[in-house]
Amino acid sequence: MRMSSKRTFNPARLTRNVVLYAILMVLVVVFGFPLLWTLSASLKTIPEFAEYPPKLFPISPQWINYWTVLNTPRVPVLTWLLNSSLVVVLTTIGTTLTSALVAYSFARFNYRGRDFLFFITLATMTLPAQVTLIPQFILFFKMGMINTLYPLWVPAWFGGGAFGIFMLRQFFKSIPRDLDEAALIDGAGYPRIFWSILLPLLGPALATLAIITFIASWGDFQNPLLYLNSPDKFTVSIGLQFFNNAPEVGGVPMRHLLMAACVMSMIPTVAIFFIGQRYFVQGVVMSGLKG
Amino acid sequence: MQPTQNNNAGKLATLLGVKTRFQVNGALWGYVFALPWIIGLIIFWLGPIFASLYFSFTEYDIISDPKWVGTANYVKAFTSDPQFWPSLGKTFYFTALFVPTTIVGSLLLAMLLNQKLYGTNIFRTLFFIPHLVPAVAIAVVWLFLMQPRLGPINTFLRSIGVENPPLWLGSSDTALESVTLINVWAALGGNNMLIFLAALQGVPQDFYEAAEIDGASTSQKFWKITLPLISPSVFFVLILTIIAALKVFTTAMIAPQTPGGPSNATWFILVHIYHEAFLYLRMGYGSALSWVLAVILIVFTIIQNVTAKRWVYYENE
Repeated sequence: MRMSSKRTFNPARLTRNVVLYAILMVLVVVFGFPLLWTLSASLKTIPEFAEYPPKLFPISPQWINYWTVLNTPRVPVLTWLLNSSLVVVLTTIGTTLTSALVAYSFARFNYRGRDFLFFITLATMTLPAQVTLIPQFILFFKMGMINTLYPLWVPAWFGGGAFGIFMLRQFFKSIPRDLDEAALIDGAGYPRIFWSILLPLLGPALATLAIITFIASWGDFQNPLLYLNSPDKFTVSIGLQFFNNAPEVGGVPMRHLLMAACVMSMIPTVAIFFIGQRYFVQGVVMSGLKG
Repeated sequence: MQPTQNNNAGKLATLLGVKTRFQVNGALWGYVFALPWIIGLIIFWLGPIFASLYFSFTEYDIISDPKWVGTANYVKAFTSDPQFWPSLGKTFYFTALFVPTTIVGSLLLAMLLNQKLYGTNIFRTLFFIPHLVPAVAIAVVWLFLMQPRLGPINTFLRSIGVENPPLWLGSSDTALESVTLINVWAALGGNNMLIFLAALQGVPQDFYEAAEIDGASTSQKFWKITLPLISPSVFFVLILTIIAALKVFTTAMIAPQTPGGPSNATWFILVHIYHEAFLYLRMGYGSALSWVLAVILIVFTIIQNVTAKRWVYYENE
């Protein structure tokens, strides 16, 4: 450690660190309080929820709220969680798999039009997706796919998008070509080389892309808002909006249950982040430093 | 037969831009692997881009056929739509509030976490969590936090003696600022901060040591060393943040009790496009509005790329 020479007692340094930790603690409250408050509100009873001044912690935490919210027919939170899971899993697999295929093509093969195709790929990154929103909606409308989950995950299976292709192409380029050529001489075909030799080496990059895709897809609100219109088809995001607009369905106040649903909506992304934090941070940083 | 076949193979090779038969095989596989994206580009990008350009010159309600109206949609937007200019104005106002706050905030946060303190990893993870929460959940939670009467924020403000705490999302005077606050909270510890942190860690320590020997002050070190060296990251983050800000939507739709806010205080351009295209089914007009937004976004990107040469420092140039 570079600092070790300065590790003797130093009053100025101590004061500085105390000030820095004090600032950090204030920030912990700023970032942590809204989340803590949501958790606490989700564990309150109905009267406790309406109390003034609001208590920070409920007297006896009502864990049953989480069970209740999963079994309230008017707001089928369990169905929403399952729908979201389906969409997210299919989107994530589709994006990682097909963008790896396309990246392999860009990184390893020579053919007419490749560089032009790659140029268009990069160009789609600068054009806002809003321009394609209306025609895509019309397309899915004409295909009778409104109020189904297809529009949310099918596009991911067609190359996954420029970001993933670009990122994985960089990784393919960092793997020595000798490896492919040796396998080719041994009689392996290109699909085999891709699947058995290169893909395993790409593990960390695929994990990065998968986590980024997972988080973005889970939180997506705009697409479900356009495509879904009956509660049994909702994903979590659009479901929470529906719940929020009708928090007292059937005359029973359910805002504490809404808070429980919010907490549940956070669990998958936070869990995925903790499992794959290293890859995620790497991916974000890489996208930023390349830019 | 043999020569003709060779000739055909030669033609195919030229067509694919390669030389030998072995390379022809490779080129064909190249197309096969790129095929999903070639189809995807056509169906989900190029087709829609041209379609929306066409729709923007038509009147189209999705059920009957599009009717060509020339530039009427654009004329309507610029001259007679009472919501158009205000929605653009609000979007720019939001951007002007949001972008400097998040960028300066995330940079300060990154500098704080870059100090050699114990536990910075834990703090980094904690500050990042808001970024993982679905935007809708963030909006719903903040709606409760900012509840004027019972919400914890105003309870706290009253307890420290503020007599008339703001109505936050409930009033047209403060709704836009409240939405900005929510977005800043969600963005501050997110990707931007991670990018800044990595950039700060990439600044060579020798530069600071040399500056210290020359007697440079802390602020001199920041302005003369840190900022120039991390300017590529600042530039990248700036572009992404401006584009994200101009596309503000989810929080504006949910956090205020009515979509678009009290007295349309958070009726941003994307909220406007959503209502026109998908609620009133004016697909043609919605497409025209989308193109106006697209042009604004592209112009911003170009301006930044042009001015970047003046203030962004690239090491290998």
